[in-house]
Formats: sequence, C-alpha cells, structure tokens
Amino acid sequence: MTLLESFRLFLLNMNWPDWAAYLVAGLVGIIIVLAFVVVLVIVFIWVERRLLGRFQIRLGPNRLGPEGIFQPLATAAKILMKEDIVPAKADKIIHWLAPVIVFVPVLLIFAVVPIGQGAILSDLNVGIVYVVAVSAVSAVGIYAAGWASNNKYAMIAAFRTVAQMVSYELPVVLAIIGVVLMAGSLSMTQIVESQTIPYIILQPLGFVIFFLGTIAEMNRSPFDLLEADSEIVAGYHIEYSGMKFAMFYLGEYGHALAYACIVTTLFLSGWQGPWLPPILWFIIKVFLVFGTIVWMRATLPRLRVDQLMGFAWKGLLPMAIINLFIIAAEVLWLPQINLWILVAINIAAAGVLILLWSRLFTLGGGRVEV
Amino acid sequence: MKFERYGIGIAKGMALTFKHLFRSPITVQYPEQKLIVSRRIRGNELVWFLDRCTGCATCAKACPQGNIEIVTHVGTENNYVVDKFEVDCGRCMFCGLCVEACPYNALAMGRSYERSQYRRSDFVLSKEQLQLSDIRQPSGYARPLVEAKLPRQSLLINSKQKDGGQKLSWLGLSKKRGRGV
Repeated sequence: MTLLESFRLFLLNMNWPDWAAYLVAGLVGIIIVLAFVVVLVIVFIWVERRLLGRFQIRLGPNRLGPEGIFQPLATAAKILMKEDIVPAKADKIIHWLAPVIVFVPVLLIFAVVPIGQGAILSDLNVGIVYVVAVSAVSAVGIYAAGWASNNKYAMIAAFRTVAQMVSYELPVVLAIIGVVLMAGSLSMTQIVESQTIPYIILQPLGFVIFFLGTIAEMNRSPFDLLEADSEIVAGYHIEYSGMKFAMFYLGEYGHALAYACIVTTLFLSGWQGPWLPPILWFIIKVFLVFGTIVWMRATLPRLRVDQLMGFAWKGLLPMAIINLFIIAAEVLWLPQINLWILVAINIAAAGVLILLWSRLFTLGGGRVEV
Repeated sequence: MKFERYGIGIAKGMALTFKHLFRSPITVQYPEQKLIVSRRIRGNELVWFLDRCTGCATCAKACPQGNIEIVTHVGTENNYVVDKFEVDCGRCMFCGLCVEACPYNALAMGRSYERSQYRRSDFVLSKEQLQLSDIRQPSGYARPLVEAKLPRQSLLINSKQKDGGQKLSWLGLSKKRGRGV
C-alpha cells in the first residue's frame, strides 16, 4: 500500500466523504511530486552549469546568491519576460500546442517514480510500460514544434528527432525487458524491491544500452543532433521565445530528471541503501546519474547523423537482443543459482559483446590504420 | 589489436575530463581577483616627478590634444617654480609624446591600467595626484634606466608565488563578493 492510499484511508476514517478523501489525497500527492520535480529541475540546471564549468576549467555562474544557486531563477525570470514571437506563416495552433505536448508527458512520468518505500503517486502494475508509452509522446511534440515553426532548420531538427527517438526506443525497451525478466514484475516498486544486487552489476550490458539509449532519447550530448548549433542553429525551438521556450527548456531538464529517476529505479536499486534515509539515497543516485550525463557532455563530441542511426541499428539493437537472450536463458535455466555467478557471466558477456561490436565501427573492420 | 578503438579511447577521454574537475580554474574574477601584470607594460597613466621638472612646458607643447596645463612663476634661484601641473586624462590618448618630449625625464608612463572614474571632473589630475606613489609607479617601458632596477618576474599562472607566479583559487570567493576593491 502506498503512502497516499494510507492517507486516503486516514481521511476516510476521519469521516470525510469518499469523493473528498479521494480528491484531497490525490491533490496532495500531485503537489508533492510537482514540487519535487520543479525544485530538482532548478537544482539540475544549476548543477549542470557549474559542473560543466568545472569540467572545462571554468567557474560557471557563481554571482547570484551563494555560489550562484539563484542563477536558474534569474534565467527563468529573464526568459519569462521576453516577448512571445510567433512567425507570420507559422501554424499558430500547433505552434502554441507543441511546448505543452513536450512538457506534459515529462510530468506524467513522475507519477510512477518510486521515491521511497511506498512513496509513489500511483503504483501501477504496468509502471515501466506506462513510462515507455508516455515518454514516447514527447517526440510528437518536438515534431509538431519543428513543423509549425515554418522554418527549415526546425523542420530538419524535427526529422532528426523522430528518426532518433524511434530508433533508440527499441534498444531501450529491450534493455528494460531484461530488467523486467529478472525482477518478474512490471511495477516500479517491485523492480526496486527485487534488487538485492543492483542490476547495474547484474546486467552491465543492459545498463550501458539503456543509459546510452536514454541519453539519445532525451536528446543530450553526444546525441544532441536536433540542437546541433553548428549545423541547424537551435533546432526545433529556433522560432520559440518567452514562455514557450521556457517550456521546452524545462521539458528538456525535466526529461533528464525523469530518465535519471528511471535509471536509478531500474538499475541502481532505487531508494535502497544502508544508513541514510531512502529519499536521500534516491536523490544521491539521481544526481550521480545526472553527473555522469554532464560528464559525457563535457567529454564526447557530437555524432554524425549516419553514425547516430548506425549506432542504434547496428550497435545497440543487436547487442540488446543478444543481452535479452542471455538474461532470458539465465532466468529460465538457472533460477536458483547464486547471483554472483550470474554477475561474472554477464560481465564477461558484456566485455566480449562490446569488443565484437566495436569492430563494426572501426574503419574497414579494424584493418585500416588511421 | 589496438584497444583504443574498442571503448578504451572513450574511457581515456572521460578520465581526462574527470581530471579537469580538480584543476584550479583559469577564470579570473576581475574585480576581486587580479592577475599580476608585468612592471614593464606601457600603462594608461602618467607619472610626474616634481624634483626633475624645470617647468619648461615642452610637454604641454608636445601634447597634440593640449591636455597639459602648466603654470609657473620665476623662483629665487634663477628657476621656474611650478604652480600648477594638470593633465586632463579624460581626453588623453596616452600617445606618450609628452614623455618623449621631456628633456629631463620628469614624465614617465605608469603601469596601471585601471583608469575609470565616476565623474568626468575626476579625470583632471593635479600635480599632487600625478606624483609618484604606491599605486602610481613608472613602468620599465622604453625607460632602460628604470627597467634595469625592476625585479625579474614570471607571469605564468602557477603555484610558485616567490617567482611572481600566481595561483587562482575557486572556493570561498563568494564571501569576498560585493565588497569591491
């Protein structure tokens, strides 16, 4: 039973009418989750700017408030006060609708993110399927934004986004199925509870595939082709300003936060951990994941379009299928085996597969010296 | 088999950026932090030596802008006594013609580069303000005699401060913020 359900039962015991208890409990839950999201997104923006600065031997914003902690608020205020420009030949309704379509699915994901034991808005028994289904809607929003802007850069970015998000959905889902097989459940809470050993150790290859796939799905560097400044200026949000741009901006970081939460839930054993309270463990892990994303952004250059598609279809997808077969075989034939033997098998398999598949992406299969 | 192409290359790159986290930043937060500038730069100011000046007003004639105002009277020992020596730095373009014109080396270019003021009237410098002081020092630029007396210095950003090197810190700066220089 989740904390919200117990709260509702508590209200019913206080002789509240049924509908009021339902409504109040739901509203309280939504407000808590929204506050969690908004605060963490603001902190994420600050963390990214400071951390990226440190990776590039700069300082990053450190003027406003202690160590620049209020800089994201100032940026938000600046963006909100800007003029809202709609191009004359834009498709006005879709231009207005697109930021909403991008932003809302991101918020919807948080309904099934378990922050602690029972601390979940709604413990769906198909939680992870819900996440996959809802997060795929963002692609529609980005495509709509690119289409409605009546701008060729935005259009190219929209094409790229759809190609990228659809391609990377497959390896991501296949990696998720590996986790679901081992956990024996689609519910996010039960996936976390099944992790006596975090799945990052038990399924290293699945983690790598899922992590790279999600970075591509949230369109972050090195897969940020839809915002490639050197090629297509600002990508799909080139014609957006003011509040609508803020929605895209928040949606981008909200996406990063959502996927960091899901990586934590699926592979880093969620809220579990010794000594510290569960919520703290969860946030620490989320920030570790986000730090790694920023670290990759600071290190790796952007991929070319054909390399990006090749990486999804020739690299991640076959590896994900093989990984799924290995996990399925282990679940089917070795259900009672000591988990640490599975860890050894899976790490060895991951090493061999990554070595084999890297040959595909070397020049001339590795025979050509550069 | 070169492992650089099998994922080790990416790991090496990631390790390199990770090391950058622990380097001190190259950003100089200007009003609070300042880099040590060479004592030999040609700064944006003039230094005037009262004891060397004979009041001949060659500098005033050399100045293309007419910025230097000099008023003298005849002294007791067959000399000029300088009553007024004013330079309007607001119009000065720091061409250095007055320094070159002075027959007695009574003018020199200084080292400072921070010349902004809040009021235009503050740019008119009197003879007291123009004289040698702690903040107003002649530079070694085009003055071999001055230059020979200046200590050698290293301007590299490193931790050896005794060589004139400088280390920039990145923690705890926010406490200093807002106080100005």
